[in-house]
Amino acid sequence: MADLALRDGLSRQVDYWWTVYRRTWRSSVVSSFLSPLLYVVAMGVLLGGFVDADPDTLEGAPSYLAFVVPGLVAAHAMQTAVGETTYPVMGLIKWQRVYDSMLATPLQVQHLVASTLGFVAFRLITTCGVYMLVLAPFGVFESWWGPFLAFGAQVLTGMVFAVWVYGFTARLHNEEAFGVLFRLGVFPLFLFSGAFFPVDNLGEVGAWAARITPLWHGVNLSRMFCLDHVTWWVAGVNVLVLVVLLVVGWAWALTGLRKRLVW
Amino acid sequence: MSTAHSPLTSTQALRLLVLRNYLVYRDSWKLFLTGFLEPVLYLFSIGLGVGQLIETFEFNGETIPYAEFVAPAMLAASAFNGALLDSTFNVFFKLKFIKLYDQILATPLTTGDVARAEIVWGQLRGGSYSAAFLLVMLALGLIDSWWAVLALPAALLIGFAFSAVCMALTTYMTSWQDFDKVTLVQVPLFLFSATFFPITAFDGWLRWVVECTPLYRGVVLCRELTTGALSWSSAVSVVYLVLMGLAGLYVVRRRLDALLLT
Repeated sequence: MADLALRDGLSRQVDYWWTVYRRTWRSSVVSSFLSPLLYVVAMGVLLGGFVDADPDTLEGAPSYLAFVVPGLVAAHAMQTAVGETTYPVMGLIKWQRVYDSMLATPLQVQHLVASTLGFVAFRLITTCGVYMLVLAPFGVFESWWGPFLAFGAQVLTGMVFAVWVYGFTARLHNEEAFGVLFRLGVFPLFLFSGAFFPVDNLGEVGAWAARITPLWHGVNLSRMFCLDHVTWWVAGVNVLVLVVLLVVGWAWALTGLRKRLVW
Repeated sequence: MSTAHSPLTSTQALRLLVLRNYLVYRDSWKLFLTGFLEPVLYLFSIGLGVGQLIETFEFNGETIPYAEFVAPAMLAASAFNGALLDSTFNVFFKLKFIKLYDQILATPLTTGDVARAEIVWGQLRGGSYSAAFLLVMLALGLIDSWWAVLALPAALLIGFAFSAVCMALTTYMTSWQDFDKVTLVQVPLFLFSATFFPITAFDGWLRWVVECTPLYRGVVLCRELTTGALSWSSAVSVVYLVLMGLAGLYVVRRRLDALLLT
């Protein structure tokens, strides 16, 4: 039997994901839109009011609000991606066994991975897109084209986390590990990858440790573009790191699901 | 007639139920250990990282560095978060899904025992986090006064007040979707209770509203204790939280009676 083309495999699952989205979008409103906005008001506007704004100590930002906002969106992309690839994916594999039933049709592992990750990409595009639109009136963008590139960087960052966590979940049998992943992985990245303060404040060793993390690359790209304060070679390195991580991570996700469900 | 069937005293019942929780929880020790990290990481990130961008804050007439300002707030907020999660998600799971309380009530134990035991268990867990966090504060030199010894009971009081009230609210929930409403209250309380910035960021009636919220009372109480800047409003905070907890406890018992015994 000839293999199903990737395009056909994806198009056959569109109505499935559309139904999922129609039934669940309401519960994502609070976590996707309201909570991040409250963070912007609390940390950016109110706490920012007490910060001495000096572009030299804020990586070129004229105010703490302008500094913190691009980082918060990138960090939020990570959290959305991790949220979508932990419990929901475990449900598809283990609890509801949706994947098992899909594999009983001509669909194959690569179609399932691509469609699930495609759905995550859709969630990232809508979430980060709305977030950036809401931020526009705060006056934190320094050019008209920067926010579009920043938006691309945020979605790319989210996808890097999506593919790696997907691969992790596909190999996982006891979901208690998610709690540890959140507390030892996601949460420290959220706090220390330069979203809330310049990583230079961590000291030399700390700053370099932060710069190795994937989230920092996303935060840095997002901030440089929003502030129109771009060092192009650094941006090139950031993009390269994220793209390599995305490609390798996708392969890791594929082999993970294939080992779990087929071999 | 033998006395072997006499009902348990409430202390015995409490011991039994707390022991049950301990036995179940023993398997999740990784979650227990990492739970302690959360406030510490916030302290390092916001207190020390963002703190380098901020000069000092004035609090009750004293000038204190930003880290000293944030640390007691993290103590209070972690007691709040822990109590909230324990008494909503866990209690809902036991009440609606595994029907644990139905089973317990088939024994001589009562709904009052259930309510007290859940709260005491939550406090044992939360209290150990608070104690560890206070030691971290001490090691970082963020404690200014001997009054800080009372910050541990203060954190327990915050935990008690929120456990009782949140458990009461959980008895009204019908599905997991209701937990969005929990987040809807949790996040604003956490962010706007003068945790990360002084109350002076708010003006007029808004400030008055914030001063009336329970987490704000807890945050200010902890901050007054660790900096040694006590005032009469400290007593107001204590009375407020005690009354809140007792009211919650009263509702929990009545609701559990209505849900499980009728």
